[in-house]
Amino acid sequence: MPPPLEGMRVIDLTHYIAGPFCTKLLADYGADVIKIERPDGGDPARRIGPFLHDDPQIEKSGLFLHLNTNKQSVTLNLKTLDGKQILKQLVQDADVLVENFAPDVMDRLGLGYEVLSAINPGLVMTSISNYGKTGPYRDYKLTEIVLYAMGGTMHSTGAAGREPVKLALTVEQFFGGGVAASATMGAHLGALADGVGQQLDLALFEMQVGNQDRGVQANTTYQYNGSMATRTGGEGGRTIVPTGVYPTSDGYVQFFTLQPTVGWPRICHLIGHPEMAADPHFTAPENFYQNADVKAEVDAILFEYLLTHTKQEVMEATQAAGFPCGAINTMEDVFHDPHLAHRGYFVTIDHPLVGPLRYPGAPFKMSESPWRAGRAPLLGEHTQQVLSGLGYSHEDIARLREQGVV
Amino acid sequence: MTEPRLPLKGIRVIDLTVVWAGPFSTVLLSDMGAEVIRVESLAHPDLNTRGQPILEGTRAATGGGYPDGEPGPRPWNRNSNFNTTGRNKKSVTMDVTKPEGHAAFLRLVQNCDVFIENNSPEVIDRLNITWDVLSQANPRLVMISMPGFGRTGPYSKFRAFGANMEAIVGHTTLRGYTDSDATGVTNVFLADAGGGAVGVFAILAALRYRQRTGKGQYIDMSQAENIGHFYSQAMMDYSMNGRVQGPMGNRHPSRAPQGVYRCAGDDTWLALSCGDDAEFAALCGVMGQPSLAAEPRFADSFTRYANQDALDPIITAWSAQQDQHAAFHALQAAGVPAGPVLTTAGVFNDPHLKARDMWQQVTLPEAGTHWYLKPTIGHMSRTPLKIWAPAPNMGADNEYVYQQVMGYTDAEYDAMVQAGHIGDTYDVVREHEARKAKAADV
Repeated sequence: MPPPLEGMRVIDLTHYIAGPFCTKLLADYGADVIKIERPDGGDPARRIGPFLHDDPQIEKSGLFLHLNTNKQSVTLNLKTLDGKQILKQLVQDADVLVENFAPDVMDRLGLGYEVLSAINPGLVMTSISNYGKTGPYRDYKLTEIVLYAMGGTMHSTGAAGREPVKLALTVEQFFGGGVAASATMGAHLGALADGVGQQLDLALFEMQVGNQDRGVQANTTYQYNGSMATRTGGEGGRTIVPTGVYPTSDGYVQFFTLQPTVGWPRICHLIGHPEMAADPHFTAPENFYQNADVKAEVDAILFEYLLTHTKQEVMEATQAAGFPCGAINTMEDVFHDPHLAHRGYFVTIDHPLVGPLRYPGAPFKMSESPWRAGRAPLLGEHTQQVLSGLGYSHEDIARLREQGVV
Repeated sequence: MTEPRLPLKGIRVIDLTVVWAGPFSTVLLSDMGAEVIRVESLAHPDLNTRGQPILEGTRAATGGGYPDGEPGPRPWNRNSNFNTTGRNKKSVTMDVTKPEGHAAFLRLVQNCDVFIENNSPEVIDRLNITWDVLSQANPRLVMISMPGFGRTGPYSKFRAFGANMEAIVGHTTLRGYTDSDATGVTNVFLADAGGGAVGVFAILAALRYRQRTGKGQYIDMSQAENIGHFYSQAMMDYSMNGRVQGPMGNRHPSRAPQGVYRCAGDDTWLALSCGDDAEFAALCGVMGQPSLAAEPRFADSFTRYANQDALDPIITAWSAQQDQHAAFHALQAAGVPAGPVLTTAGVFNDPHLKARDMWQQVTLPEAGTHWYLKPTIGHMSRTPLKIWAPAPNMGADNEYVYQQVMGYTDAEYDAMVQAGHIGDTYDVVREHEARKAKAADV
């Protein structure tokens, strides 16, 4: 069975995280992705850790290895005339070009959408930038913490009285890459339908303001009645039903439900006190909602149970009772989790310089058309092959190498 | 001049999604021109998406997500959660648990391209609308289920919101303050955002496959497995080096200084991050302390990283006297990545988003006129996107969907009305009203 995007041709001018995650999704599901890298060191993500055995070499970055699976690497200096010519030749047969340079770079190189669409009117050109191609912040810099800060959600993430706190690592740039992959596919299907492509001007800042993790509906709630979320840590205390993170005998679990009145009898059952389920001492509204004393009473009973069971036991029992709960797992736990193992989530991918490693696998499984477990390319690994495909002879390619074009 | 055709025009989607992840997927589809038909039940209110149906007399402290804090008699048409991701969609009502509702659903499936759902795992089994059943009705259908943990495996029956999923798959241990344990973390729902985004990609990939092969297919998406990719640095560090990463607060694995720093004003903060000597020198310049960059303890990226505990109070002593926005612009002008920690009000007032025309005033029939964020993928050169239609009142498109899409005759439609499938008010609310009226008569 062929993968779903077999035959889709993508020119990938992305680097770092958001752009490469967008093209990783395309490549892993079968698109033919040609990643253009600078001859002097390639994608800067090659120099970002973690590194195998903490050895900082450009072929050993775990971040790069994960983000660039199934892609082909061609080195190309886009500042040279030959480099531009080769890119234009590649664009001729491409369905999609994705780039995440600063907003004016492609135009400055003479490779803007006007130029490329004249060569290939069906081309979809996805431009991912920090703040977009227009507007007062156009040339401003952005990193993950700045992105999370300006998106509006960080202000209500963290504990009351303390500084706002970000999420893990670079998750919001991955989010932007995921949205960009969807927008790119949508525009591509549109271009297939009527033969005309277009350029997408995607701003990480805007995608973050529209982030479904609390932020997007907060925008509407603010318009509706002026209220805004505040930093409240785990948000315990709204009701007597456990919400947030609780300790167990060997770690922690995360409780969370949107329906505390539905969940309450299930929690009573879990802790072996079904008689509490209908007891007005707990269920009367003045006791159930915003009552610290009754909550403390419930927590004391809950703790007796939690502290005598492991996080895995608590999770399984709570789920069996019908209440949403998750064990708070470290990376070691995650790599040994029985469910992920059962589904074959982690896949082993070999690589000539780093050897076989386990990687997170298919983000979704398709009944007819598989995900691909391929490796990331070495810098320039496919230069010769791709240029030969364009009709360049061995002598041409040797000359281009000497001149620093490839 | 005719308007260019929207990218997904002609694609029809059945939307049986709840809460956040699924509705986020379907709004990306509807923004790009797909006809998204939300299937709702008068008999089974979707509390997690449209809110509680009966809230009369309440006015929640937080406003509860309702205009002016008032739920009104039909709160499901006034809920900020639904009205945000409901844009550009249609609403039809049917009770799929009843035979004639199930038949209607199959007829809809025969006239649609995509079916998407993210319910508790047992729901599609209970409703008898699994892939086995629906693919019989329409072999060209693309169906995606996106529960927390996928359709197979020991956790496949787990109920989970984003926060629960992220705990299990490792995000929670990687975030939060470094000096407090996990019990202090805020509940976050990254998995919903990431699942919604990538779920759309999955659907569109399957549609492209169908174009080439004529075949539909079933997509099993575990939101937990999807979100694991979003912090691959930690996954790969364990895979390569056996290292178990923990939370870093606001710090970065290699950049320093990095953090959020207090500014003048109540609960006002500025985020900044320096990645090299030039950015740090620029920061010192803006702070009026250029000599700081030459001090041996801060002179290069290694010593700065080692001494960031000493650096943070120096930055705070400066920032606490600064206006948040003035400092943001001064630092960016000097080449330092920095940005205000915006509140929701700050986001709405942000001049850049205004300059890029990111807000649109929209009138909903029962929620009034307000500003809404436009599609964030909307800057498309040929087909710019906007809010084409407001979030629909429940059942607003019954006639259109039953008669135009599914081909119900007037008689068939009336029969569905008589059987209680078609309407605009939840059964529980009609019963409640009837009881009140009866009590008033007595």
